[in-house]
Amino acid sequence: MTLDKIVLAVRSAHASHTPLRIRGAGSKDFYGGLLAGDLLDVSGYRGITAYEPTELYMTARCGTPLSEIEAVLAEKGQMLAFEPPQFSGATAGGCVAAGLSGPRRQQAGAVRDFVLGVKLVDGSGQVLKFGGQVMKNVAGYDVSRLIAGSLGTLGVIAEVTLKVLPKPVAEQTLVFALDQTEALKKLNHWGGQPLPISASFWHQGQLWLRLSGAGAAVEAACRKLGGTSAVNSDQHWHSVREQAHPAFASDVLWRLALPSTAPCPGLDGLRAIEWGGALRWYAGEQAAIRGAAARLGGHAVLYRAPESLRCLEGAFAPLSPALLALHRRLKKAFDPKGILNPGRLYAEF
Amino acid sequence: MSSTEPVFQTDRSALARRLKTILPPHCLLIDEEDLRPYECDGLTAYRELPMAVCLPETEGQVIDVLRNCHQLGVPVVARGAGTGLSGGAMPHAQGVVLSLARFNKILRVDREARLAVVQPGVRNLAVSEAAAPFGLYYAPDPSSQIACTLGGNVAENSGGVHCLKYGLTVHNVLRIRVISIEGEVFEIGSEAPDAAGYDLLALLIGSEGMLGVVTEVTVKLVPKPELAQVVMASFDDVAKAGDAVAAIIAAGIIPAGLEMMDKPATAAVEPFVKAGYDLNAEAILLCESDGTPEEVAEEIARVTEVLNAAGASEIRVSQSEAERLRFWAGRKAAFPAVGRITPDYYCMDGTIPRKRLAEMLSAIAGMEIKYGLRCANVFHAGDGNLHPLIMYDASQPGNWERAEAFGAEILELSVALGGSITGEHGVGIEKINQMCSQYATPELEAFHRIKAAFDESGLLNPGKAVPSLHRCAEYGRMHVHHGDVKFPELERF
Repeated sequence: MTLDKIVLAVRSAHASHTPLRIRGAGSKDFYGGLLAGDLLDVSGYRGITAYEPTELYMTARCGTPLSEIEAVLAEKGQMLAFEPPQFSGATAGGCVAAGLSGPRRQQAGAVRDFVLGVKLVDGSGQVLKFGGQVMKNVAGYDVSRLIAGSLGTLGVIAEVTLKVLPKPVAEQTLVFALDQTEALKKLNHWGGQPLPISASFWHQGQLWLRLSGAGAAVEAACRKLGGTSAVNSDQHWHSVREQAHPAFASDVLWRLALPSTAPCPGLDGLRAIEWGGALRWYAGEQAAIRGAAARLGGHAVLYRAPESLRCLEGAFAPLSPALLALHRRLKKAFDPKGILNPGRLYAEF
Repeated sequence: MSSTEPVFQTDRSALARRLKTILPPHCLLIDEEDLRPYECDGLTAYRELPMAVCLPETEGQVIDVLRNCHQLGVPVVARGAGTGLSGGAMPHAQGVVLSLARFNKILRVDREARLAVVQPGVRNLAVSEAAAPFGLYYAPDPSSQIACTLGGNVAENSGGVHCLKYGLTVHNVLRIRVISIEGEVFEIGSEAPDAAGYDLLALLIGSEGMLGVVTEVTVKLVPKPELAQVVMASFDDVAKAGDAVAAIIAAGIIPAGLEMMDKPATAAVEPFVKAGYDLNAEAILLCESDGTPEEVAEEIARVTEVLNAAGASEIRVSQSEAERLRFWAGRKAAFPAVGRITPDYYCMDGTIPRKRLAEMLSAIAGMEIKYGLRCANVFHAGDGNLHPLIMYDASQPGNWERAEAFGAEILELSVALGGSITGEHGVGIEKINQMCSQYATPELEAFHRIKAAFDESGLLNPGKAVPSLHRCAEYGRMHVHHGDVKFPELERF
């Protein structure tokens, strides 16, 4: 597949006002609003086009599988520090479009923090290049980071440049027996100390804590924190990252992003706590969950649910009228005819 | 679409009458002598007198000023401490300067949640000072942090010595409160790790005051490392120093800071700060490690090994906090130090891939001969952000024009080498022509559409950051092939 083919497909859809449903490997078809429009399969536009280990960046076409990217990075001892889920064949484009980050997000940052540049095909079929391959670039508006998590509604992500980082020299995982309130308290307490915590995961009275960094620093932190040393820790974090852990097994799953110090809302169905307390997973149909998350200063995403419920609730927390109007104007700036992934982010555009 | 520069015709007395109804007398400056201190920011080569300076004290007054300027069609330039180096806060002759200097309160420091809520006029360093009793600090540390404000940092997406490891402003701001030109209030981001909808924080940060006026900022605070130590290495060749930087990264080390100074820069700063720099070295590398004492000891040992292998001629490790600060003093004071040996200097801000460093430095040496001006180089080696300081004498005819052309050539070479015309200072008015080199027409048009989505009337900081297509055409960089440009029938000149 070539970039020209993507451009031609978008231009023709633009001319005929045909909605397009952009898809890489389809590993996140479950995520966001309902899928609509003619399929634009970009999985064939693939390949790593540049990788400079000492410049800390990698450029890849949208259809490149994350597994391929991570394998190439691993050869040089490097990684995608935001640990995106690979699900079943997830691609570079889909990873940036969905904006999902994994366990290391609390320490390293989110997808958006690692996007250095994008090549985008906008809704009228123009190829636009924003950002680049350098760490610091403040020329023009930072469209590259805006694209992260926009679910393909602002353009077809044709190519992305991601900042990469060295893998930590040492890693250890500790396990503590704590209830959810105690776990949150501890996580926030530790978060304020210079400790090399790179991931946290609470589930059913057990808190898993990963420490990464220089060997001596990890050892010193282990001595300071106590707990018991985990076996099979790589397997554990892999299951968290890929959401294969039993905590995520539910027909209806909510993802709550909250201030890390927010108390546990008075809701049943808490399955897991990640990111130092800032990410909490709930299971089950819950009418009160959006309001509760908002009152605590965060928001709730209906992460995984049957179509009927997604139609009723919307996948993402509703925007204020002022913000919604702004979103519509931005959408129009990139996709004047509204043909790219309509309704995938919000039903209104 | 702004294919041409907008033209404003402001009725000065009508504007003054209107502003007097919404601001008390001590919050409004309209006499020429009062306006004079606001005629430029840190880039003094460009000056303009505004029609009025508003110094609101409440958010309600900010909203009123914006609403009224919107109604009257008057441009608004927001301003913090005015330390910006690209003319981003240079006033508009037909407009109002909206100073946020009186929004200088730290509203909340939350130890447990590790964040601070501050007003835009709070100085960068003041945030870390307020967080220090809790063992926390605000990581982005622009060299001007003693004076520059958080509002300005948000506008420019400022960085500093520590941003290689800890990120730029965009990585450290959680939430902003923004007023649109129409006077509408937006809350963007939150204390949660992400927010619903588009990542507008990423778009607003670094937008140079073109999209909205910030009245409140929530920043992330991080635990202060237990220890920091610096390795100072001398090299007899700048290319070797550049290769040493790559070798450090290749060894899997991301130092807390990684900075370089060339010989002219160390020669300028040593008499000023007496840091004990090696004056025979062609380049000096400063590499900071921070963390727990165990971590620092391990990293320093590894860095030293890498630097030795890379051919460093001398290596010194700071043995005390006082010595660490002295090693840094020269780097931090490089600008004023160069200011002592030349009547004027012009600071550039290009970024390049690190591997092109030697190429860039030898090109700059050639430009020194071509333009007949000296240039000292200090830069954030870790992330390829160069700050060539072009020395000139504004009182000599033609000197400034030569310095400007010298700077433009450096920026255009930065783009050609795969970098950017600005890593942290912003485009402002200074690099607006070079935007035409870095971006093609479709991207510039997209920028204008984004601007219009926020500020349809184009009143916020007009003429800055994003050039009109007309300007690019005049600058001669717009590539028009077979009339393949939108609206080819329109006159562009």
